[in-house]
Amino acid sequence: MSEGQAAAIRLVGLRKEFHGTPPVVAVDDVDLVVGGGEFFSMLGPSGSGKTTVLRMIAGFEAPTAGRVELAGADVTALPPHRRDVNTVFQDYALFPHLSVRDNVEYGLRVKGVDKAQARTRAMAELERVRLADLAERRPAQLSGGQRQRVALARALVNRPQVLLLDEPLGALDLKLREQMQVELKAIQREVGITFLFVTHDQEEALTLSDRIAVFNAGRIEQVGTAREVYESPATGFVAGFVGTSNMLTAAAAQAVVGTDGAFAIRPEKIHLTLPGVSAEPGSVRTRGTIAEVVYAGPVTRYVVDLAAGGRLTALEQNGHRTAADGLVRGAEVDLYWAAQHLISIPTT
Amino acid sequence: MLRPTGVVRWALWAFAGFVLAFVYVPLIVVGINSFNRDRTFGWPPAGFTTQWWQTALTAPGPREALVTSVYAGLGATVIALVLGTLLSLALTRFDFFGRSVVNLLVVLPIALPGIVTGLALQSAISNVLTPVLGISAGLFTIIVGHATFCIVVIFNNVTARLRRMGTSLELASADLGAGPWTTFRRVTFPLLRSALVAGGLLAFGLSFDEIVVTTFTAGPGTPTLPIWIYNNLFRPTQAPVVNVVAVVLVVLSILPVWLAQRIGGREAGASRL
Repeated sequence: MSEGQAAAIRLVGLRKEFHGTPPVVAVDDVDLVVGGGEFFSMLGPSGSGKTTVLRMIAGFEAPTAGRVELAGADVTALPPHRRDVNTVFQDYALFPHLSVRDNVEYGLRVKGVDKAQARTRAMAELERVRLADLAERRPAQLSGGQRQRVALARALVNRPQVLLLDEPLGALDLKLREQMQVELKAIQREVGITFLFVTHDQEEALTLSDRIAVFNAGRIEQVGTAREVYESPATGFVAGFVGTSNMLTAAAAQAVVGTDGAFAIRPEKIHLTLPGVSAEPGSVRTRGTIAEVVYAGPVTRYVVDLAAGGRLTALEQNGHRTAADGLVRGAEVDLYWAAQHLISIPTT
Repeated sequence: MLRPTGVVRWALWAFAGFVLAFVYVPLIVVGINSFNRDRTFGWPPAGFTTQWWQTALTAPGPREALVTSVYAGLGATVIALVLGTLLSLALTRFDFFGRSVVNLLVVLPIALPGIVTGLALQSAISNVLTPVLGISAGLFTIIVGHATFCIVVIFNNVTARLRRMGTSLELASADLGAGPWTTFRRVTFPLLRSALVAGGLLAFGLSFDEIVVTTFTAGPGTPTLPIWIYNNLFRPTQAPVVNVVAVVLVVLSILPVWLAQRIGGREAGASRL
């Protein structure tokens, strides 16, 4: 975030309770600052409150307590149509009775932009998402990926301060999703608008985001860059949710690390050798038995039961490994990793 | 789809045929009798004549009754369209205290026996409307009476459509900067239009052949078409004309229902996204 400039989004003590006995706390006193031009992701499992936060920023839900500020102005009491944000909905919510172009023009037309100018801008936006030749079609005549791009164009054409994206890639198949991730990132760089992106897909959040907020049970567990969240998870939940969780606790921690507590280690940091082969100095080393070998093309995943108790997953590149290296199910192996890769998790 | 075979198939055909015959043969007989030269409808028909049709078309009684019925149908339909749509929007899109009670009160008239509705309305007319407001039983009271159940038809159609639509389109419209009225004009109403047309046609069809409530709300001077038929059924001089009027009534009632079904069916197919 650049200095002296008001944050694009500021959430202060934002809270949402839904009716019920006892009331369901969907969002539990969330504070968050998102800078102008940031690609910011809210990552968490379903029911963690990230979509509710998004809906309160858009104005679809009224907070039970707290404040929503956009560019320094308190908008908590404003209805959705008076807020300078636009949303790309999970189900796209394209107007079925309007053509693709009329869908994209909609926001400009209701704000009083004249027909000719609205049309020009809508077509330019459709060019950007490469759908100009389908402008006359109805949404029902488009594929899922095309609808997704129309929804994006319909929101972006208004040049809002903030674009809210509610799991916009969730309904697409893997290939299309990866392609759209690249496009989203490129578009965000091009238009320079703040993107607030909701997803439950940790890989998507890591790939796209400048910064990530990890949500759990209505609270933010950690805010940081992709690297920070992945390499230095602040809590056990973040370590488990972002990336594969490899935890050493209790007796295993005592035996392997030498101290009590909880530790996380990423699978790709762990190396495997047959017993007796000397490892690099300064590394943590422990013995185990291979319980499972999963070959996945570029990498192989080994699940190892530790002699000290517990179970770790190790990820090895297949670049210089062969099937005949003796790392098979049931084999006894040594695991080692550089001490700095061991992440100490605060226990609560 | 599962296709029945053998005896089952044959039995189903026979049963369906029997039911259809039971419903439609009497209607066809009425149609044929409207051209029967025999004044007492001897069977087989004595010969072909268009005399009854000519009499019916020139006689003032049936024609005035037809006009009354059309006005009543249009009036009740218009009232029902406005009130039914507003009620439906209020009950599906807003949450407020007593919502489920209002919901029940709205749909109750269709479950209420017509004779009870009729009695209640008649008592209201003779005890309140006429002495206090000077409105006596006539076209206006027929329209009000019919509107009580026509509203339910519109309400049900619109509510079903609103539920199926969900709220995401309206949210999207608000998100793009449209106020509530603009959203209604540009998104909600266009998507409701076919439900309104279908509901309106159905309401008109219901109003057009209604007799129970009408008996209590129509004054002596303003019979609707069904009431006219009922009044003249047992007058030997009018019997042949009654057949003609009945045929007209059947056609005019079925037409809107058929249209409503066609519109409903096409919509259901088109909106499957």
